[in-house]
Amino acid sequence: MSVPRLLDAGEAALVVEFGTTVDPALSDRVLALDEALAADPPQGLRERVPTYRSLMLHYDPLVLDRARLVDHVLRLTENAAERTGAATLWTLPCCYDAPHGEDVVELAGRAGLSPEAVVALHAGATYRVYMYGFAPGFAYLGGLPEDLAVPRRASPRPPHPRNAVVVGGGLAAVATVPMPTGWYVVGATPSRLYAPERAKSFFVAAGDAIRFEPVDAATFDALAAREASGEPVARQGRAA
Amino acid sequence: MRALVIETAGPGISVQDGGRHGYLRYGFTAAGPMDPLMHAIANRAAGNPLDAAAIEISTGGVTLAVEGGALGLALASTGFRIALDGEPLPSAVALTLEPGRSLVVRAGDTGSWGYLAVHGRLDLAPVLGSLATHTRSGVGGLDGRGLAAGDRIPVVDGRPGERAPHRLVAPRLDRAPDTIRVMLGPQDDYFAPDQVAAFLAGPWTVSPRGDRMACFLDGTPLTHARGHDIVSDGVAMGAIQVPGNGLPIVLMADRQSTGGYPKIATVIGPDFGRLAQVRGGARIAFRAVSIADAVAARRAEADVLRGPVPWEPVVRTDFASDFLLGLNLVDGVTDGRP
Repeated sequence: MSVPRLLDAGEAALVVEFGTTVDPALSDRVLALDEALAADPPQGLRERVPTYRSLMLHYDPLVLDRARLVDHVLRLTENAAERTGAATLWTLPCCYDAPHGEDVVELAGRAGLSPEAVVALHAGATYRVYMYGFAPGFAYLGGLPEDLAVPRRASPRPPHPRNAVVVGGGLAAVATVPMPTGWYVVGATPSRLYAPERAKSFFVAAGDAIRFEPVDAATFDALAAREASGEPVARQGRAA
Repeated sequence: MRALVIETAGPGISVQDGGRHGYLRYGFTAAGPMDPLMHAIANRAAGNPLDAAAIEISTGGVTLAVEGGALGLALASTGFRIALDGEPLPSAVALTLEPGRSLVVRAGDTGSWGYLAVHGRLDLAPVLGSLATHTRSGVGGLDGRGLAAGDRIPVVDGRPGERAPHRLVAPRLDRAPDTIRVMLGPQDDYFAPDQVAAFLAGPWTVSPRGDRMACFLDGTPLTHARGHDIVSDGVAMGAIQVPGNGLPIVLMADRQSTGGYPKIATVIGPDFGRLAQVRGGARIAFRAVSIADAVAARRAEADVLRGPVPWEPVVRTDFASDFLLGLNLVDGVTDGRP
C-alpha cells in the first residue's frame, strides 16, 4: 500500500494525503488513520478533519514537534490500514413533496427525467458520508445515482430552509444551516444532523451510510414536532 | 450585577473568545478573534485568561456604557480613536468606566480590529463550549449575531480597575504589516515556480470587501499549472487559496473548514493578526519561511504573552494634537508596573 503524502498547511496543521480523487477506498484509509489517532493521540494533537482523500491534523507545534507527529502518523498508517469500527446505517425520513422539494421539477428537467423518477432514484440509493464541510453539520454524501448527476447551478439560488436534502455536481448532501446554494433542493428531513443544544450535537460520523425514506408533508410535520421535543426521528442500523 | 451596555454599534462588532475548538470535523469553524495576539493582550491586561470572551471592535466603532457599578476595562488596538466623555485616550488603554459615562471607540488611520476585555466575565450562554460568535451559522456571543445599540451584557465578578486611565505599553502591538510571512503549500505544486515567485513578490492590494471570513487580494492574477479545482480537503486558518480568476484569497477566522481550490501557501500563526489589521487599499507582499522559523516566531509570541502587559500613566499633553498622537512617546519603556 502506498505511503501517504505529508503536506504542511502552515506550522500548526499537517495534511496526510492518501490520494486526490473521490474514492471509497481512499476514504477508508483516511478513516482508518482517523480511528487509530483517536485511540492513540499524541499529546498536542488538537483536531482531526477527515475529507474525501486526506486527513488534516491540527496541532500545537509548541507541544508536538512535526517530526514526532510524522513518525506517529506513519507508524499508525502501517499498522492500521483497515477500519476497525462498524459503520452505522442511518435511515432519515425525507419529504420530497411541496413545500419541501422546491427544486425537484427543475432538477427533473435538467436530468431529462420525470419528477417521480427523480424521487425514486434519490430514495432508492444508499449514500456514504464522506465528510463534513462548508457549514456546521453539512454532510457530503457519495453514492448519488448517475442519472441525477447534473452540474451545480452557475449562480446560487436563494437560501434554503434548515435540513434541506440537496444534490449537485454528482454529489448529495444534507444542508443543515440556511444558505444560498448552487445545489438543487430535492426535499427536507425532519432529522437534525446538527443540534447544538443536544447532548450529542452531531450524531452521523464520516464513514456512516444514509438512506432517505419518503414521507408526505403531514408526516414530515409530525416527525419534526417529535424531533423538536428531543425524540430523534433518524433510525439506526448496521451498514452493510 | 454589573453590565456592559452598547449605546451605538457599527457593523461587525461581536463577542469572541479563543474560538470554538474541536468541531472542525463536523464542518464547524472555530471563529474566534481576527487578531489573536491583540485579543490575548486585552485579556491579559484585564487579568483574564488569554482566551476569555472579549468584544471585537471593527472599524464600524462602538459606544459603551456600564450599569450597576464601575467596571475595569482593557482596550487593545492600534490607531483606533478612543474617548471617555469626549476626552481622548490612547488607542491601547486600561481604564475604569463609571456609570453615567460613555466610552467611544472609533476607527483611526490604521488598524482594522480592536479588543475590549472587562475585569470580570461576560455572562452569556456558551454554544458547544464557546462564546465565539459565528454569524453565518447564528451561534455564539449574543444570540449568534453582531452587537447592536441597546444590547446589554451582564458581567459576572465585574470589578473596577485602576482609577486613572493607563496607556498599555505594548511594542508587540506595533507590528509592521507590509510583509506577511507564509509557509508554502499544501498545494504550491499546482503552480509553476515563476508563479510561486510572483505570488510572494506581489505587491498585492488588500481589497476593501474583506470580512471575518476572507481577505481578498487584488493584483496581477496568478496562473495555475494543473487547473484550479481540487477534490475538497481541509482548510487551515490563514490558508491562501487561488480560485479560477487567479486572485488569492486568505481564509480568516470564520473560514469554512474544507475547500476545493488549491492553496498556494498558509500565513504563519504569528502573522495572521498582522494581516487582519491591514486596511483595505493597503499593499502587502509575502515572504516564505521554514517551519522552524514559523515555530520560533510562535514561541516568541507565546513567551511575550506570559508576562504582564506593561503600562504607564496617561499624560494629558500626549493629546495636544493629532501630530502628538502619531508619535511613539513610550520608546524604551519595558515595564511600567510598580
